[in-house]
Amino acid sequence: MSVGLWRAMGLVLRRDLALSLRRLDQLVQPLVFFLIVTTLFPLSLSPESSLLRQMAPGVLWVAALLAALLSMDGLFRGDAEDGTLEQLLLSGQSLGGIVIAKTFAHWLVSGAALVLISPLVATALGVPVAAFPVMMLSLGLGTLTLSWLGAIGAGLTVGLRRGSVLLSLIVLPLAMPLLIFGANATDRAIGGESATGALYFLGSLCLFTTTLAPLAATAALRITLE
Amino acid sequence: MWTWFYRLASPPYVYRVAARFAPWLLAAAGLLIVYGLVDGLVFVPPDYQQGDAFRIIYVHVPASALSVMAYTFMAVAAAIGLIWRIKVAFAVAAAAAPIGASFTVLTLVTGSLWGRPMWGTYWAWDPRLTSELILLFLYFGVMSLRVAFEDPNRGDRAAALLATVGVVNVPIIHFSVVWWNSLHQGATILKLGTPAIDPSMRWPLYASLLGFLLFFGGVLCLRLRGEVLQRERLASWVREAVRP
Amino acid sequence: MITDGFWAMGGYARYVWPCVALALGILVWNIWSARRHHERALASAERAIAMAGSERK
Repeated sequence: MSVGLWRAMGLVLRRDLALSLRRLDQLVQPLVFFLIVTTLFPLSLSPESSLLRQMAPGVLWVAALLAALLSMDGLFRGDAEDGTLEQLLLSGQSLGGIVIAKTFAHWLVSGAALVLISPLVATALGVPVAAFPVMMLSLGLGTLTLSWLGAIGAGLTVGLRRGSVLLSLIVLPLAMPLLIFGANATDRAIGGESATGALYFLGSLCLFTTTLAPLAATAALRITLE
Repeated sequence: MWTWFYRLASPPYVYRVAARFAPWLLAAAGLLIVYGLVDGLVFVPPDYQQGDAFRIIYVHVPASALSVMAYTFMAVAAAIGLIWRIKVAFAVAAAAAPIGASFTVLTLVTGSLWGRPMWGTYWAWDPRLTSELILLFLYFGVMSLRVAFEDPNRGDRAAALLATVGVVNVPIIHFSVVWWNSLHQGATILKLGTPAIDPSMRWPLYASLLGFLLFFGGVLCLRLRGEVLQRERLASWVREAVRP
Repeated sequence: MITDGFWAMGGYARYVWPCVALALGILVWNIWSARRHHERALASAERAIAMAGSERK
């Protein structure tokens, strides 16, 4: 029975989501990490609200980046370890489609989840509610871009034993542009200025990455698995 | 007509040819660098704004140019290796990486030392230096990835893919950093600019640049021999090459 | 022109000379490192040949 591309992608998406939702503890860990890292900053610097509000874009973004990166290692590793990945490779389905579906599923439960709890964290840092839409939009675009970059890194490091540190090492330099523009967009929103320029750039970065990264991630998987 | 290209894909050919080119490249590089440095340090008049400190450009600018060129070169070699499955290309990429990384370190340190008298601090997140720092991270990523695999062939290919992804990102990163820096521009102009160029200042700079480029070529040839040998040590041609 | 003032570099000596020294140092390191790498590869190749030779016996 031959399955069309879209159907196959839909199946992989549903499967990955189901698997993730089954392990709620693993789902929640990056979110808790996000909260903990955010807390580290007022503790180490100062709880003074004007300082916090100034730091908020940076703190939010760095914490979100690190939390999202932490979970990227699991994108392919689970399936690689139990042999599912090889089966998917042999299935004759487009590996690119599978990678896109898996990455998107992963983003939904990590990046998108981060975006949803970001208002909580933002309030703790004194970010005004008016800034939330821009902040969440920028975080959404940013975490999605990061998921694609992370997929490339995960594809390259899936077989390695200490893969997760190397993954972060590889992905973080590539993520610096989105950090710059995302934090800037949030910063402008907090200051009441228009963040459109930064958001457009973030958007185009996301589009660019979404178009090309799946190719690279698929190639990476082929290199490490075959 | 393309035979020279096909020959370049042959490890024993490259191994022999690199040995012949290296001394010439290095000798020419040596002459140019000596000329560039001596002229730049001794004969060129001091800059009216920066005094004698500007002479650092004769080392800093070639190093920074080469650090970026080496990465691009490495990425092109890596892409060639991936697309046409030419193993020698991976050896070239592997050889280029440490050379480029060392130039990046040189750029950062000389940039920092140049910044101290100019800005009063050893590091001020100048856009060019910050881009160079990120470039250093990219180099480390590629080099670390290559050695992380037990199978060197896999390591070569994974590192090659990363280098290709990285090179696409380099302009984006550079643009982002320049933009970021322009937002937070203080009263002082924090750019490491070459001063208003007096023609007498240019020639030693060009010489130094070309010298560094030839040096890169020469050391690449030297390193390439080791890299090719490593990858081909079980091949039959190696027997004759190693024990003539 | 190489007077005492030359070594002082207009007061910037402690910035200029370390840069020059580091540049020369890195150039030398590159050559040394490349040659050492080649020597190691040669040694490794010789070992591989010797082992292959002894296996044939």
